Amino acid sequence: MIEARGLSKVFNNKKRGEVRAVDSVGFRCEPGQIYGLLGANGAGKTTTLRMLATILAPTSGAATVAGFDVVREPAKVRAHIGFLSTATALYDRLTASETVEYFGQLFGLDSTAITRRSAEIFKTLDMEKFRDRRCGKLSTGMKQKVSIARTIIHDPPVMIFDEPTNGLDVMAARSITDFIRQCRNQGKTVIFSTHVMTEAEKLCDRIGIIHSGKLRAEGTLDDLRAQYGQSSLEEIFVQVSGDRR
Amino acid sequence: MNLRNVLIVFRKEVRDMLRDKRTLRSMVIIPVIAFPLLFGLIGWAAEKFSSEAGQEASSVMVRGGDDSPKILEALRKSPAIQIVPYQSDARQQVSDKTIRALVEIPDGFDASVTAGNPQKVSVDYYEADMKSELAKEKLQKFFDDYRVRIAAQALAARGLPASLLEPFTVGAQNIAPSSRVGAALFGGMIPYMIIIFCFTGAMYPAMDLTAGEKERGTMETILSSPVSRTDLVIGKFLTVVMASVVTALISILSLGVTFGMSKGRMFGGAGSATQISIDPAAVGAVLVLLLPIAVLFASVLLAVALFAKSYREAQTYVSPTIFLVIAPAIIGTLPGVELNWKTALVPILNTCLVSKEILAGNHPWALMAAVFGMTCLYAALGIVAAVTMFNREDVLFRT
Repeated sequence: MIEARGLSKVFNNKKRGEVRAVDSVGFRCEPGQIYGLLGANGAGKTTTLRMLATILAPTSGAATVAGFDVVREPAKVRAHIGFLSTATALYDRLTASETVEYFGQLFGLDSTAITRRSAEIFKTLDMEKFRDRRCGKLSTGMKQKVSIARTIIHDPPVMIFDEPTNGLDVMAARSITDFIRQCRNQGKTVIFSTHVMTEAEKLCDRIGIIHSGKLRAEGTLDDLRAQYGQSSLEEIFVQVSGDRR
Repeated sequence: MNLRNVLIVFRKEVRDMLRDKRTLRSMVIIPVIAFPLLFGLIGWAAEKFSSEAGQEASSVMVRGGDDSPKILEALRKSPAIQIVPYQSDARQQVSDKTIRALVEIPDGFDASVTAGNPQKVSVDYYEADMKSELAKEKLQKFFDDYRVRIAAQALAARGLPASLLEPFTVGAQNIAPSSRVGAALFGGMIPYMIIIFCFTGAMYPAMDLTAGEKERGTMETILSSPVSRTDLVIGKFLTVVMASVVTALISILSLGVTFGMSKGRMFGGAGSATQISIDPAAVGAVLVLLLPIAVLFASVLLAVALFAKSYREAQTYVSPTIFLVIAPAIIGTLPGVELNWKTALVPILNTCLVSKEILAGNHPWALMAAVFGMTCLYAALGIVAAVTMFNREDVLFRT
C-alpha cells in the first residue's frame, strides 16, 4: 500500500529561486490496484514518485510505502519496492545475470535465493539466451527485460513506474504494460506515471491528475467522467490542467 | 555503515572497472611503459651527449700569437682542440655556436714566458652553450698543463727538482654506501613519480564511478536499491583507492625492473665503480606512507567528480587539480627543500620529503609519524567531503 499525505518538495533554483515542484499532494493506492499519475512534462510526477521511492527526501508532508515511513525508514521502503523508469539505465559492462545478481545481493537475498529466483524470472521473461551477454550489447527490448528482472528479483509488494514506456516502440511499450497488469494480478500495489492518456485509460483503476505540483483531480475513470461530464480522459485532462493556466 | 553492502558494491565496482579499457590503460599500461621510456631516454641522451661532446675536438679560433710559434704549435698538437683559421667575426661566431671559443694570445707571448714576465691569455666563450663551456674547460686544462711544463723546464734549468711544483697531493674517497648515492640521485624523483601515478590511477575510476554513472543513467537505478548512500560511496571509494594503489605498485615494479636492467648502461658503464642500489625495505616504508595519500586522492576526486553532470564535465574539474598535486611534488624534488615541522604539515609535499629521507637511509621517526598522521587527517577530511557530497540531493541530481 502507498499513502501520501501533504507531500511537498521545494527545490532551490539559482535562476528562479524557490520552486515548489510538488505541493501538498495526498493520495492512496491499494494492493491489487493500479494508480495512474497523469501530468504534463514538469508537472511534478517524477519528483512525487522519487519521494515515494526515497530517492528524494520530501521538504514537508509524509508518506508510507508498504507500511514504512519514507522519511524515517527509507532503506526499508526501498527494500520493499521495485522502481523502474526510462531513466534507470543498466550497467553496460555487467552481463544480464550479473546485473540481476547484484541487485539481488543489495536487496539482501542470499545466493541460493538469487539463483532460484533469477532462474524463475529468466524463464518467464524468456531471457536465457542472453543471460551472459553484457547489457551494453543488448537490444532495447532485451535491456527492458533485464530492467524488469532487476526490479522484481526481491518480489516487492509495491511497484513504482516512472513513465516506463517513454521513448519505447509499440512492442516494447506493450510488454511493459503487460508486465504492469501482471503485477496488479499478483496483488501488488502499483503506481505509475504517464502522459499517454490511452495507456492510463486501459490500465488504471484510479487516476490522479497532477498540474504545477498540485493534485487537481482524483478518482476512478468513471468518477472523473461523471465529475467533468466528458467521456474521454484526454478531454478531462485538458479541462483539469488547462483551465487554470 | 553496513559492511556487507559496502563489499557488494566494492566487488561489483572492481569487476566493472576491470572491464573498462580506459581505466585499465591508465592503471596498467602507462605506469608500465613510463619508467623504461623515461630512463631509456635519459640514458640515451646522457650517453649520446657525453660521447659526442667529450670526444669531438672543439673548434677554436686563435687571434694573435704570430710572434709566438711555440704556444701555437702546442695548441695545434692538443687532440682536444681543433684550430680553425681566424676570421674577424670570431666573437659573433662563438655566439652563433659555429665555433666554440676564441683564444687571444698577447704579442710577444713566447718571449715574455721565457723572460718570466706574466702575460694574460684571454678566452672568450658562450656559457649558454654546453659545448662552448666544455671547450673553455679543455682550453683551461691545456693552459694549466702548459704552465706546469714551462715551470718544470724553468726549475730544471736552475737545477731544482720538479717536485717543488707539487709539495703534496690530495686524495678524496667516497664513503657513502651505494644505497645513499642512489637516493641522492633518485630520492627526489621516485616519490614524485609514484605520487603522480597514485593520482592518475585514481582519476579515471573516480570520474567513471560518479559522473560517468550519472551520465549513463545508472545513478537513479542504484539509488532506488536499499543500499545507503554512505555504503555506496564507501564501496566506490575503496574501489578508487585500490586502483590508485595498484597503479602505484605497478609503477614501482616497473621502476625496479627498469632500474635493475639499465643501471650499468646509465651510469658510466663498466668504467664506473659506483654501484647504485635502493633498499627494498625503504621502498616498503614509502608504500605505507603512500596509502593515506591514495585515500586522500580517492576521496577528493570522488567528491569533485560527483559534482559534474557528465564525464566530460568531470574532466574539466579534475584536470586542473593535477597541478595541485604536481606543484608540491616538484617542490619536494628541489635540493634545498627539507623535511621539518613546517613542511611536514603540507599535504603531498610532506610525503615527498619524507620518502626522500627514507630512501636516503634516514629515519626521522617523529617527523615520519607526523607526516603519516597529517596525511591521515587530510584523508579523513576527504572522506567526510565525499560522503557529504553523496548525501546531497542537489549534487546527485544536478541538472
